[in-house]
Amino acid sequence: MSEHWLGLITGIAFGALLQQGRVLRFEKQVAAMRLEDMTILKFMMSAILVGMVGIHAAVALDLAALSPKATQLGANVLGGILFGLGWAVMGFCPGTSVGAVAEGRWHALFAILGMMVGAALYAEAYPRLEKTLLAWGNLGKITLPGVLGLSPWAVIPAVAAVFLLCFVFFEKQGL
Amino acid sequence: MKRRIDWRPYVAGALVGVLATVSVVVTTRVLGKTHFLGASTTFVRAAGFVEQAAAPDHVRQNPYFAKEKIKIDWQFMLIAGIFIGALAASILDGSFRLEAVPPIWRERFGDSVALRAAGAFLGGIVAMFGARMADGCPSGHGLSGLMQLSVSGFIALGCFFGAGVLMAAWVYGGKGGRR
Repeated sequence: MSEHWLGLITGIAFGALLQQGRVLRFEKQVAAMRLEDMTILKFMMSAILVGMVGIHAAVALDLAALSPKATQLGANVLGGILFGLGWAVMGFCPGTSVGAVAEGRWHALFAILGMMVGAALYAEAYPRLEKTLLAWGNLGKITLPGVLGLSPWAVIPAVAAVFLLCFVFFEKQGL
Repeated sequence: MKRRIDWRPYVAGALVGVLATVSVVVTTRVLGKTHFLGASTTFVRAAGFVEQAAAPDHVRQNPYFAKEKIKIDWQFMLIAGIFIGALAASILDGSFRLEAVPPIWRERFGDSVALRAAGAFLGGIVAMFGARMADGCPSGHGLSGLMQLSVSGFIALGCFFGAGVLMAAWVYGGKGGRR
């Protein structure tokens, strides 16, 4: 039971922040892909910046463990490209579609239905992909610090510096 | 830089970073299993529940449904919570608005609700098929993946945006082209 309550409470806070960040909207998502308004990237990169420090600190203090997703080059790249193609037309991502309906943008309901169909189709395709595409370039659960042979605390400032430079660029360009 | 900066996405984003950290620590402590923010697996489970009602044997025999387990879990409730949180926040600050066809779409494709619905539906099919193949969406790969400095997160997020930029240019006509 507490698993459900924790999920729900976390989701309520997440949904309120997504809404206040104005990232639920079709307009913002598509404008980012048209390189006109980087609200989505500002939001995501700010979240990553803080979460990257917070989560690695929690791991260092033995309060949590990392659980990175496996790097499967074929699946990550092909799946990532397919996602991007659909994303541009849909104008929502899986997490934001539900919040978009909640703030009244009810055309997102059709996106949700489509995504359920897409998930069902993938379940049918999975047995055929498991031994082929999903096995190509499977490098396991690797992280950037692991690959570089560095401490995360050497990589975090570098990523943070790149993100901050992006923020300065976005604001200078009025994006 | 003297232009007024809109701090809203930065502040809300940074608070999501705090939320992700707190959630990781609390779920580890209370549930004994670390939960990271994510969304797309829930669509597999939702589809599984619907399919189960129509064809239970078929679903039982499918290895993907067996792998992802059709159940109401932490992430399923997270998605339900997103709905409640976004509804409450949009009503409280008066930004709730009924919308059937968004402006960028209307400029390109006109007022037809059916056409917008078809675009959202078909885009949704392709996007979710891709997200499950890539094993994550902008939340799971983008936010949680990059927070953990996972290599898969950088690759997936780069492909999401790269393909999204190309497709958006093609579908809506280049940068500001139709404005």
